[in-house]
Amino acid sequence: MTTKLCQEPELARRALATMWTIRRFEEAVDDLFARGLIYGTMHLSIGQEATATGVCLALADDDLITSTHRGHGHCIAKGADLERMMAELLAKETGYCRGRGGSMHIADVARGNLGANGIVAGGIPIAVGAGLAQRLQGTRRVVASFFGDGAANEGAFHEAVNLAAIWDLPVVFVCENNQYGMSMPTSRAFRIPRISQRAAAYGIPGVTVDGNDIQAVYDETVVAVERARAGEGPTFIEAITYRWKGHSKSDKNLYRTREEIEEWKSRDPIGRFEAAVEAAGTFNRSEIETIRSSARDAVRDAIARAHAAPDARPDELRDAVYA
Amino acid sequence: MASTTIERTASDTRTCSYAEAIREALAQAMESDERVFLLGEDIGVYGGAFGVTTGLLERFGAERVRDTPISELGIVGAAVGAALAGMRPVVEIQFSDFTAQAMDQIVNQAAKIHYMLGGAASVPMVLRAPGGSGTGAAAQHSQSLEAWFAHVPGLKVVLPATPADAKGLLLAAIDDPNPVIFLEHKLLYKSSGPVPTEPVRETLGAARVHRDGDDLTIVATSVMVERSLQAADELAADGIHATVVDPRTIKPLDAATILAAVRRTGRLLLVQEAPLTGGFVSEIAALVAGCDALYSLVAPIRRLCGLDVPIPYAPQLERAAVPQVPDIVKAARELVMES
Repeated sequence: MTTKLCQEPELARRALATMWTIRRFEEAVDDLFARGLIYGTMHLSIGQEATATGVCLALADDDLITSTHRGHGHCIAKGADLERMMAELLAKETGYCRGRGGSMHIADVARGNLGANGIVAGGIPIAVGAGLAQRLQGTRRVVASFFGDGAANEGAFHEAVNLAAIWDLPVVFVCENNQYGMSMPTSRAFRIPRISQRAAAYGIPGVTVDGNDIQAVYDETVVAVERARAGEGPTFIEAITYRWKGHSKSDKNLYRTREEIEEWKSRDPIGRFEAAVEAAGTFNRSEIETIRSSARDAVRDAIARAHAAPDARPDELRDAVYA
Repeated sequence: MASTTIERTASDTRTCSYAEAIREALAQAMESDERVFLLGEDIGVYGGAFGVTTGLLERFGAERVRDTPISELGIVGAAVGAALAGMRPVVEIQFSDFTAQAMDQIVNQAAKIHYMLGGAASVPMVLRAPGGSGTGAAAQHSQSLEAWFAHVPGLKVVLPATPADAKGLLLAAIDDPNPVIFLEHKLLYKSSGPVPTEPVRETLGAARVHRDGDDLTIVATSVMVERSLQAADELAADGIHATVVDPRTIKPLDAATILAAVRRTGRLLLVQEAPLTGGFVSEIAALVAGCDALYSLVAPIRRLCGLDVPIPYAPQLERAAVPQVPDIVKAARELVMES
């Protein structure tokens, strides 16, 4: 039996604070973008917070992750500095990438985040290589690789999962199935009902969980991390979830109905966990309110400080092409 | 952990093949730095498609001389991830043509990670792959793709032409904190020459002037260096004296050495095996044309390159598709005679 997150004050607080921080951060980003204050594009994970949070709660601080183009949640769940994230989106010198990466390339190697990735499935082989490095260095670290349903149809996915499987590498493959690869529904992109069925083809365990249930995500990740640390190899976890917002800023939601979106909003992962925490008597309503408002304040504070930071410098744009 | 560079003297060299020189560099790098490991298809018991890694499995074991399935994209991606996590992987891709299978990890990941992350992480890895024609392997096993890689900021590109350079440049590539594409040539594996026995590192970005002459400069890469030197011998018999420069690394490029030779000789013949259009030597032509060295020229710059055709199978077609020694002699003679 794994720990009941909703009954443990410390874990419940972390889980709620992280999910609310992701939610508030992305709402703020959406708003800044709409007001023309953020350049480029972005991919929001609102509605998917339980997956990033549940997985990262089951990892140790020095475990590693690889992330995706929809990576703000993973980044925050792995402990990133909100001000440096926001500064990156605002094209500031103090941003994680000094304005060279933007939303799709934030990494925080010191905290074990090897980076978001603008290429679908691009991070999966990298996660396997990082897992190989742990083996060769004799560490007990584990690498969790986040990717979407769309990535499971890329060649990189197949090659990487196979390598991790044949070498028993300490990798946890986390497929965030948010139902659509941009506009392509999983029902049209796969001949199988569950993407986790593919794990069998590589001889590794595969499970499907409700990705909007943080406890379910956490439980399966704990099992997968234990296997990985014990040298028993990788596990494939498919987390069924849903993105409330469009794929990116160009999305007009022509491929799905308003009813469908509303239906998924009723399965809000944060609301569900709040209800569980309250029912368990771990926190009361006002304590939950406090966690919410501190997440909001932390994001507001990060925005204010990031706005005040110096812009990324064009005269130094050639810096960091080579190490 | 890296070995110290020592002064090279004649007594420190031995004669060995280009393939042996590469193997020695790999072994010495693995001995001195436990972060260095090899991965690739059939590099273990088989010893690599061209035998370069023969015997390394026995010396270093299967963890560090890691045979992989046929998964070029996965292999290169694994190297990128291992490099990010503190290792120094050296990948072997059996034929450079197969890098096309791995291009996302080379171009979009390895090359750009350091920059995209604002310098917060680096990808110290080497990708070794043989290129070039002359073995009857036809269009999918014979290309010279160096220009593809040179076009991508963040990659370094090395084209060793001699056994000594193969060893010294590979050691430097393994030490380098950046992703380095190390393009060997299949026809050179059995060529031999003096090679330092110690792990002497060459510099990435320093050309080698193989021969000095006042009448023209020949800039050639990879297998074309040896062909140009043979051509220079024939030309010398006719009283035409060529300087032969091998850039050795096309990225970074030692522009100063090339420009100095052009200023001194006033004529420039560029020789590469890769097809003419968009080839790397065109970059050298542009470099010369874009600076004062242009005024030293007494004749137009001449490019002698592979034809714009896929490499064909039939030996007589294959030979005719890329520059041979008589072609270089003819082009050099015309360049000198017409001015």
